[in-house]
Formats: sequence, structure tokens, C-alpha cells
Amino acid sequence: MSTSKLVDMRTAIAAHVHDGDTVAIEGFTHCISFAAGHEIIRQKRRNLTLARMTPDLVYDQMVAAGCATKLIFSWLGNPGVGSLHAIRRRTEPAALAPGESLLEIEEYSHHGMVGRYVAGAHRLPFYPLRSYSESDLPKVNPLIRTVQSPFGGEEVYAVPPLNPDVTIIHAQRADAEGNVQMWGLLGCQKEAAFAAKRVIAVVEEIVPASVIRADPNRTIIPGLIVNAVVCEPFGAHPSYVQGSYDRDNAFYREWDTISRDAAATEAWLQEWVYGLPDRAAYVAKFGAEYFKGLTPMSAPSGSVDYGDYR
Amino acid sequence: MSGQRPASKSELMVVASAHALTGKRICFVGVGLPNIAVNLAKRTVAPEMELVYEAGVFGANPARLPLSIGDPTIVTGSTATVSMHDLFGLYLQGGRIDVGFLGGAQIDRFGNLNTTVIGDYAAPKTRLPGSGGACEIAINAKEILVIMRQSTRSFVKELDFRTSPGNLGGAVTAAKTRAAQGWGGSGPSGVITDLGVYGFDDDGEMVLRSLHPGATIDEIRASIGWEIRIPPNVPATPTPTDEELRLIREELDPTGAYVS
Repeated sequence: MSTSKLVDMRTAIAAHVHDGDTVAIEGFTHCISFAAGHEIIRQKRRNLTLARMTPDLVYDQMVAAGCATKLIFSWLGNPGVGSLHAIRRRTEPAALAPGESLLEIEEYSHHGMVGRYVAGAHRLPFYPLRSYSESDLPKVNPLIRTVQSPFGGEEVYAVPPLNPDVTIIHAQRADAEGNVQMWGLLGCQKEAAFAAKRVIAVVEEIVPASVIRADPNRTIIPGLIVNAVVCEPFGAHPSYVQGSYDRDNAFYREWDTISRDAAATEAWLQEWVYGLPDRAAYVAKFGAEYFKGLTPMSAPSGSVDYGDYR
Repeated sequence: MSGQRPASKSELMVVASAHALTGKRICFVGVGLPNIAVNLAKRTVAPEMELVYEAGVFGANPARLPLSIGDPTIVTGSTATVSMHDLFGLYLQGGRIDVGFLGGAQIDRFGNLNTTVIGDYAAPKTRLPGSGGACEIAINAKEILVIMRQSTRSFVKELDFRTSPGNLGGAVTAAKTRAAQGWGGSGPSGVITDLGVYGFDDDGEMVLRSLHPGATIDEIRASIGWEIRIPPNVPATPTPTDEELRLIREELDPTGAYVS
């Protein structure tokens, strides 16, 4: 018998995200759980190590709220717009506010960061890759090292496994047991989830197990590795969910203005995070009309026939 | 140029970049100007080209200009949408990419690029985004094209940080290193700026190949932080055709978000 792991976001974060944890909220531009990030801010978690290929606005907001002491990443920017200003204020000494300390930085390239999750998920001591040679990155990150092939002695670079205490992913749908289905950009959701000690799966919609079983190729994460399932419609806004709502590019541009100013950033967090009880209130505050404007036209896939073999 | 206003500097960059893609097949695309250049090439000089996005898309067919590298429009109608592990492992490291586009805050005479920091790494003056996929694209794509606006701040004698290797300290060391370390690619083949088009000579050093309409050799020299190699009788970059400008202005970037 399957057990329901369905809880609300407050319960999921309270149970699975603790002070000092290494947290990975993954999703490459697509399906980023801002709802989880905001709840972590509301619950005032501290001293987190935040891992993500692209920290994006969600980590800029969490850093601004004082949740993090360390960042592990491969590309630190506001995609398509420019800089993450709250994080820059904690990485450039000249911009540091009195009483603040610099964030600890551990940086890789995209392939290296993906490889860290892969090694972590596969329970291997390292991931070898053809990158980093003649780059200065290994000079500033001593965890990027070379390894010699036992088959001929060729030397390649390697990165260590990354096993987050908790990985939080967003996707289109899951059943109550946490069998997650996703389409569109898959990023490294699967690898980051399998690498983690605990997994929170956040989805737009909870569906019966029969829906999952009708299309098993679309399942990227089995309930086996999922600790909590949260249903949070529009939970990835201002990022997007393929087929459900578009990326809110206007907000990504607006954040550039807000985040340049520490006081404006704090005011935004007060209004949109601390001042609201949960994601439903955030969605309501924008209003249904706002999200209508982000709804794409329909482009359904054809269906495939798996066959019935009784 | 019947009735068309003349090409802007950004349009010259886009058209020259599209020309550099003539006949290319598998192209790793970036956002912004490279994205417009690649889409222009696909409609003109390289109709068979497959667009690959690092976010995990092979054979993209974007219906609108993506703002970010992970826009949903690159997924809908694509040939394959894959995990990033597959994209970087099977497609890029596996040697399937003909040409990759890169840019940066700084480039040196050998086409090495900095996208990490200005100033000291531990205490940077400006913290830049970092590598993303650039380091492994530079190493594994069969060739690299660079699109950058040129100035003495960006075309520098010495990089503050080498994120992505180009021709290292010159062609000889670069060739040795590529062979010894099993790089999949042969490094930078062209640099397209707002003033001209550059290639790399036998020493692996940047050399001016053509001068954009309206640009002067003095401007070129004044906006590069080293003594740039300029051969005698540098030809002019071909002026964009009416059709190229129409495609950019009416179809690819109708709001002028990137090319104005």
C-alpha cells in the first residue's frame, strides 16, 4: 500500500530543512521552487550552505534574508538580465555593509556541478570530466583536482560528490506517494534528488497513481526517494513551469532594480515574503488576472501506446 | 539599402557573426546577440543548422527570442529535450558540437576569456557570473566564435582571471596542450566585435580580418589594450543586405531589445 506524503510547505520545511544544512533548490531556469525558498526565509533558517547551478533570484532573496553563509554554484547571475545584486553585496569587499561578512564561495562550471550531483547520486568518490585544463578555476577551488586513468595513465580533471542534506525540486505533477513527472528542461533535478539525504517534491498538481502509471517514461523521480510532497500551484513563479505558465521576465528585470538597493530589497521581502503566510496568499496578492497573462497557448504532445500485455 | 536605415553597430555584429556560421551544422547557442546571429544564419547561410542550448535542448526551433538561456520557447518544437548531464556529457564532451559561441568581460590576444572576476579573486572589484558552461565549451566544441564589443577594458593585455582557455600563450603551446589533455576542439577561430572581424594567425594571436563599414583602423587600435596585428589592405566587412536587416528588424528582434 502506498502512503501519502502530502503535507503543506510549512510542515515540509519545518521537518526537513534545519539550520546549518546544505540545501539544493534545483531547476535550471525552469521549475525553481521559489515557494520553498520563501518558506525557508519565513522560518528564518540560518547558516545554510546553498547549492545550485545557477543561484538565480531565489538564492539572491535567501542571501538577502540572511539564510546563507556559503554558496556552491556554477553560474552566478540574473539570467538574461545581469547581476544578482544582493549576492554581489556579500562577495565584493567594497560593497559589504558594516557588520556583514563575505559569503564563502565554492564555484565550478556547469558540467562540474552536474557531475558533483551525479557522483553523489551514484555513491562514487569523484566524477571525471574534460574541463578545467588551463583554466584558473582549479587554482581557486582546491576541490577541482586531476585524476589519472588506470587505463593508460591519461590525466583528467575530477570533482567530488555533492550530497545535499535536502534537495527541493519543483515539477508539473506527482502522486501522493511522490512519484514525480516532469517535462520541459530537466536540468539536474533527478541527479540532485538522488544525491540528497532528504527530498521535498513540490508540484503544480497531485494526480492519481493511475495517471503516473499510464506514462511511466515521464517519471523522473520515484516516491522511493521522496520524503515530502507539497502541492503548490504557481509555486515556481517568477520562474516557470512548461505548459502551465511562462517565465515572468518582467519580474526578473524588476528584481534588477529592487535588488540594487538593500533597503528596497528588504522592503520587498517584507511585503512579499514575511508579510504573507504562504504561497496561496502570494498568488492571491498578484491576482488571477496576472497569472492569466502568463498562461501559454496549448501545445499538447501526441500520446504513445505502451500496450496492454495481460 | 533602399529605404532601410543603415545598420547599427549591433546589427553589423549580428550579420558578421551569421556569416561566420556559413555551412555550419551543430551550433551551441548563447543568449542575446549570439542567439540572434544563429537564428539569422539559420534563415540565410546555414539552413541545415541545429541549435543546441546548454539548458538541455538539441535542435531548438524557438518561436520567439528567448530572454534567458532556459526559456520555454526553446523546448516546444525542439528535436530533443534532455537532462543537463546528457547535454554536457553526450552532446558536448562527446564531440558533437561544431561551433560554440562565447563572450566575456575580458579577452586577451590569444582568445583566452574571463567571465569570473575583475580584480583579485578573493576580494574582487566586480564579481562576474563565472564559467557556466563556458570552460567546457571552450575545450570541447570543435571551434569557438567570440562575440564582444571591444574597448580597452575588455580587450586587455592580461586577464584578471582565465575562466575559459583559448590559445593559451600561443599556437604552439596550445596545440601541445590540446593533444596532451585530450581536448575535443581546436579553440577560437574568430572574434566578432562592433568594429571588425578578427581571426587567429599561425602564432595563435588575434589578427584583424575585416573592418566594419564606418569603422576606422584608428578606432580599432584605440580600443584594444595591446598592439593589435593588422595586415596591409584589410578588406571591409560586407554591408548587411536589405533582407538581412529586414529579418533582424521584423522577425528576430522586432522590439529592438538586443539590436538597436
